[in-house]
Amino acid sequence: MITKRIIPCLDVRDGRVVKGKNFLGLQDVDSPVELAKFYSSAGADELVFYDITASAEGRTIFTDILKETASQVFIPLTVGGGINSVEDFDRVLKCGADKVSVNSGAIRNPSLVGEAARLYGDQCVVLSVDIKRVDGVFRVFARGGRENTGMEAIEWIRRCTGEGAGEIVVNSIDTDGVKQGFDLEMLEAVCDAVSVPVIASGGAGCIEHFITLFQALPRVDAGLAASIFHFGEVRIRDLKEEMKAHGIPARI
Amino acid sequence: MIAIIDYGVGNLFSLKCSIASVGHEAVVTGDRSVIEQADKILLPGVGAFRDAAAKLKATGMEDVVKEQAEKGKPLLGICLGMQMLFDKSYEYGEHQGLGLIPGNVKPISEVIDPSLKIPHIGWNALHFCRKSPLYRYVKEGEYVYFVHSYYAADCEESVTALAEYGALLTAGVERENVYGCQYHPEKSGETGLKILQAFCEL
Repeated sequence: MITKRIIPCLDVRDGRVVKGKNFLGLQDVDSPVELAKFYSSAGADELVFYDITASAEGRTIFTDILKETASQVFIPLTVGGGINSVEDFDRVLKCGADKVSVNSGAIRNPSLVGEAARLYGDQCVVLSVDIKRVDGVFRVFARGGRENTGMEAIEWIRRCTGEGAGEIVVNSIDTDGVKQGFDLEMLEAVCDAVSVPVIASGGAGCIEHFITLFQALPRVDAGLAASIFHFGEVRIRDLKEEMKAHGIPARI
Repeated sequence: MIAIIDYGVGNLFSLKCSIASVGHEAVVTGDRSVIEQADKILLPGVGAFRDAAAKLKATGMEDVVKEQAEKGKPLLGICLGMQMLFDKSYEYGEHQGLGLIPGNVKPISEVIDPSLKIPHIGWNALHFCRKSPLYRYVKEGEYVYFVHSYYAADCEESVTALAEYGALLTAGVERENVYGCQYHPEKSGETGLKILQAFCEL
């Protein structure tokens, strides 16, 4: 039986992990390579590297880091951040990424998802969407959640999966950072709309929130989080044990 | 030395690194003489069957791989590389494979519950149906990483491992010196590395 995936997300700026302080037992807490190795051995099912670098120089450092990680960590690796063209897909895929996550790049250039899917296959294209309720409507936000695009989120997601997006990361701005649990209402609306895998992001504060997620919405395939893993608030091994105890398929 | 066949399909970086991490040397190559000298061959593959099969042929790799396998050199096909080992694929039409293992590649939508998602993507458990040297370091029920929408059918006598996804899907095959895995061992953590190590030690 296929298992529910647990995915830590690492924000990388100038070759270092942001939000990586106080991490248990690691010498070099800011090293993306060290952290990736740590998560892989702790039982992470996949990793997301998110490049939040602005400079061209930082981008080169990022691809070097990616290469070093991919040569030592043998679980699926998704890369996002700064993906605006098929050349960007090519750049990170050559460095060992398995999937590429697009967000603002797809909003600016709506043909990007389709072009990339034709070149690299649907399984390679992950659509990441930052969604916020505005007057009761799910709206797509761009530029790291700062800009309301005015687009209705479900319609946008449907359109992108039609073009070939193979997975959807639903990041609820409404629940992100609040640590009160995933946005079940938003996730359910997305699951109703698409048949590709859906990854929940935003709101996880403890193990219980993952259990609730997978029990309430069995159609959600994976849970993604960053700081709770980085700060050791949730240990992946404990989370997986708890999932198993609740009858949720997990890889241990 | 292990030759990873380079025919312009997919990302071979992880595969090369995974072989290095189990202590063996791998060369990504499309050079006939290098492949002839290699001890073993890895045939990777992602994307659509038709495109990949056409590229394998156009680069001259189809003949080399077939010829070397027929001489008895161990060959491991991975994901689409495994699917190409069979006679035919019915992915968007009907396409010829290498014919090294009897069987056909068919859409998983024909056999699984319609409520399940396609592709079959994620970590799933291996269930062994017969002994294979490839799995000598792996226990029943260990997890490997899958991404596929088509599966190998009509190949019962070659199946070594199955994965349950609304139906029992072919996960591993073996026929003499020719091996195949539908999952990605290079992306399947420790379990995948143990499988690659066993292949390198054949």
